[in-house]
Amino acid sequence: MSEFLPLGEWVDRGVKFVIDNDGGTLERLGSGIGSFTEGVELGLQALPVSVVAAIFVLTGLWRVGWKFGLFCLACCFVIAETGFWPQTMVTLALIFAATFISLLLGLPLGIWVAKSNRMAAIIRPTLDFMQTMPAFVYLIPAAMLFGLGRVPGVLATVIFAMPPVVRLTSLGIRQVNKEQVEAAITFGCTPLQVLLKVQIPGALPSIMAGINQTIMMALSMVIIASMVGAGGLGNDVLASIQRLDIGLGFESGLAVVLLAIMLDRITETFGTSAPQKTWRQKLGLSKTDTTA
Amino acid sequence: MIEKVVVKNLYKVYGSHPERAMQMLHAGQSKDAIFQQTGMVVGVTDANFSVNEGEIFVLMGLSGSGKSTLIRLLNRLVEPTHGQIFVGGQDVAAMTKKALIDLRRKDLAMVFQSFALMPHLSVLDNTAFGLEVAGVGRKDREKRAMEVLEQVGLQTFARQMPAALSGGMQQRVGLARALAVDPSLMLMDEAFSALDPLKRTEMQELLLQLQQDQQRTIVFVSHDLDEAFHIGDRIAIMEGGRIVQVGTPDEILRNPSDEYVRAFFKGVDVKKYLIAKDVALVDETLVIRPSQDARSDMAQAIEQLRQTRRNYAFVVASDGLLLGAVSLDTLLRGLESGASRLESAFTDGMDAVPASLSLRELIGRIVRQPLPLPVIDASGRYLGAVTQTILLKKMMESESKESHHE
Repeated sequence: MSEFLPLGEWVDRGVKFVIDNDGGTLERLGSGIGSFTEGVELGLQALPVSVVAAIFVLTGLWRVGWKFGLFCLACCFVIAETGFWPQTMVTLALIFAATFISLLLGLPLGIWVAKSNRMAAIIRPTLDFMQTMPAFVYLIPAAMLFGLGRVPGVLATVIFAMPPVVRLTSLGIRQVNKEQVEAAITFGCTPLQVLLKVQIPGALPSIMAGINQTIMMALSMVIIASMVGAGGLGNDVLASIQRLDIGLGFESGLAVVLLAIMLDRITETFGTSAPQKTWRQKLGLSKTDTTA
Repeated sequence: MIEKVVVKNLYKVYGSHPERAMQMLHAGQSKDAIFQQTGMVVGVTDANFSVNEGEIFVLMGLSGSGKSTLIRLLNRLVEPTHGQIFVGGQDVAAMTKKALIDLRRKDLAMVFQSFALMPHLSVLDNTAFGLEVAGVGRKDREKRAMEVLEQVGLQTFARQMPAALSGGMQQRVGLARALAVDPSLMLMDEAFSALDPLKRTEMQELLLQLQQDQQRTIVFVSHDLDEAFHIGDRIAIMEGGRIVQVGTPDEILRNPSDEYVRAFFKGVDVKKYLIAKDVALVDETLVIRPSQDARSDMAQAIEQLRQTRRNYAFVVASDGLLLGAVSLDTLLRGLESGASRLESAFTDGMDAVPASLSLRELIGRIVRQPLPLPVIDASGRYLGAVTQTILLKKMMESESKESHHE
């Protein structure tokens, strides 16, 4: 470490200072996040495989089409048959919890960034920093502050996954047609009404794209977070690396990929407000399928 | 005439230190000099004008002349730097945010160049937007929205989404949305400029027709001379943030205040824009004001006609209404037959023309009738008369004006 610029030492001391002086705030935050994540996890695991699979298949059928519904069915079958179902549910719970917290913080932050140029000047470089810092690095302070387990995993994931939703929310709001906003003001909208009646509806495709990105980032991060004991499919990936077990590596990796495809394809459809297909078209019964 | 909008010493400076730009303006510095020295943009400089109730007031100028900024100052979409804006007696510039929102909901509406409809709302919901914002219940606002959609001829499209409509139809929705709140002042920013020429004319006609049913005060921004002359009761011409001239189309046409205004009319056939009102003269033809005593009126009229060596006069009541025309012949006959009412001396088939009649049509009428033609306004008041001589003189004038420019 450099004598003139001991950055690392400063950060080190800073984190230690927080640990020594936070007065229980971190603990309460940690236990809150922990019990929320655990609740989601227990809930998902309590559901039979068939119910969760049915949810995936039907949502795939509803949002995308009959072919994708079949694909979801195949995915669930492969994951369950290779024996990774319980871990997949743990991973899904981690993604869900991390995404939920990311959106809870990220959506209002994105709106604020859209409204204030000063806020944008502060937040943009921060987001760049958050996204380009190697993801593993977040695990260290997270583990120091919250110990091992789900909580540091979820928190590191939130930091890693939040930037897209903040960025795309603010971008979407800023890109809403200027005259539409003027029209809203002209007809006597309060700033809150402008936001709710014009800016958010107008930014919705962009916001949904941001949410989709956040989910995908969360998925990749919760796998890495297994290094601090977050659990789920990441554990198997990690074990396969340690044991150089190519078979285990492939199977657990495949489960991650299949989960990713299902989540991605389903959530991305919420961003596009393409004309809804009829149920007959979705089920492939109608000959005039206009999807081509 | 009631003044609906009065603007006094209005300035708009874009930039971080508008006070400094204001000082420089007062010191006589030009807009360009201020921009070069401080980087601040002067949008509007010392605007003063008033808009009468029920008239269409057109702000005309090239792009960058500040007309869009000026119209946005009227409802404070753009915050004024200095000055007063009275709308219906209230100073909009000094209003609290709350009062401003209230005024916008009740009394101001705006139509935009890009239509600015909400893409996620149906035509009906778009039309009812202003009412919804103001908290009107669903049933009432949809009823009102259907009424105005009917006025603009779109009732059958109420359930469609705006994207499914053509540009012209979308702007009808934009117009309906503004009409729905029943505003006493309507702002229209290049409202028809994005439409093709045919649709533009169609919308202008629609607007004029709506004005006939219910006279609203309209401030209309346009860069199109044809449009300004066609719909404008009065026109303000802007250049570089300043209003350089305000007047009726005819006043501006006749006496352009400077080269900039004159340049607007270059290559324009001004005869096209002249209407009966513009060429009518008040003192060219004798006017008789009837009193209680019809017989002495007749005798007097005969005397006056003989003195001025004319044989034709109009009878105009004290409230300005045109009653009829008399000639030397009919007057003498009336006096001889012992008639006791002036009406009995009226000539048959007096042909009055409306003030808005175009010059082309006026020529057609006057060729058929050699006598002076009285010109009346919408409520039948006498504005003056047109004779063949006057008409010829006017046309010569406009010809020579044009050749002078070329």
